[in-house]
Amino acid sequence: MARKKKKVPGLNASSTADISFILLIFFLVTTSMDTDMGLARRLPQPPEPNQEDAQIDVKERNVLNVRLNAAGNLMVNHDFIDVNQLRERAKEFIQNKSNNPKLPELHAKQIDLLGTCYVTDKHVISVQTDRGTPYNVYFLVQNELVAAYNELRDDLAIAKFGHPYARCNEDEQIAIRTYYPQKISEAEPKNYGGN
Amino acid sequence: MAKKKGSRELPELTTSSLPDLIFTILFFFMIVTTMREVTLKVKFVVPAGTELEKLEKKSCVSFIYVGPPTDQLRAQMGSGTRIQLNDRYAEPREVMDFVAQERTTMPDPASQVMSMKIDQHTQMGIITDIKEVLRKSWALKINYSATRRGN
Repeated sequence: MARKKKKVPGLNASSTADISFILLIFFLVTTSMDTDMGLARRLPQPPEPNQEDAQIDVKERNVLNVRLNAAGNLMVNHDFIDVNQLRERAKEFIQNKSNNPKLPELHAKQIDLLGTCYVTDKHVISVQTDRGTPYNVYFLVQNELVAAYNELRDDLAIAKFGHPYARCNEDEQIAIRTYYPQKISEAEPKNYGGN
Repeated sequence: MAKKKGSRELPELTTSSLPDLIFTILFFFMIVTTMREVTLKVKFVVPAGTELEKLEKKSCVSFIYVGPPTDQLRAQMGSGTRIQLNDRYAEPREVMDFVAQERTTMPDPASQVMSMKIDQHTQMGIITDIKEVLRKSWALKINYSATRRGN
């Protein structure tokens, strides 16, 4: 009698697996595991409202003028160059190995872990675009400039610490960032080179 | 007698825990999944770059889409470059409200990142306008969305 009572027909749950499989496949398909990638940049702080055009005087030798016109042509200081040449040009400018008087000034600076170094900490790369410049050209230029910094930092990290910048610990990264500070200024846009 | 009968039959593989197992995987995917919460009204092909960084802290990322309207909407909207915020087209000045509104939903507004998904054939004028507004609204961390390209 008692045994018979236990034999309540169980709910057939064998299809639950199928149902959850279907749900699982739905989420597998809709899921976007791909991580968003992009070029990270930082905008300058907004100008103070009461601050009237406080032009910071920057010596001409300390500035690398990168100009892009509406046709997507690239001009660095006074030369038209190709985007592929920009990386080398920027590296040469940031480093100023030969203490060239046309390239940024070198200053002695005491940096933790690295000692006293001569660095071009006053340099500025100014990117100026036209309103008609195509975005992909601008992006390529930004990419090349960031690449120039990354290559220099990697070279320095390997020379000093024996491993690339990404594998450095925090103190080492700070030291390298002090040596090669990233200074890409996004100048106010100008309307030149055609409308 | 009953015992003997039971030992003769092959014990069936129990599949009763299979649904639980599948449900566990299901829940995992339900949690990690991030469905695009907006329907795209602009189409864009982002440029390709080499020096890309991953976007971390997904909860602190807001997206701005810039590009020409999709094919279905082109008849009404034309083919000029448009900005999309959330589910609608917007003007550059509306970005400021968008930033403020996004900030209220973020656990850590200080690390807000604006991910700019911009079509590669866009002209810089509209992008400059957006950047100016972003500067004014103190959303200074931006990320130009791109795909990876081999050297």
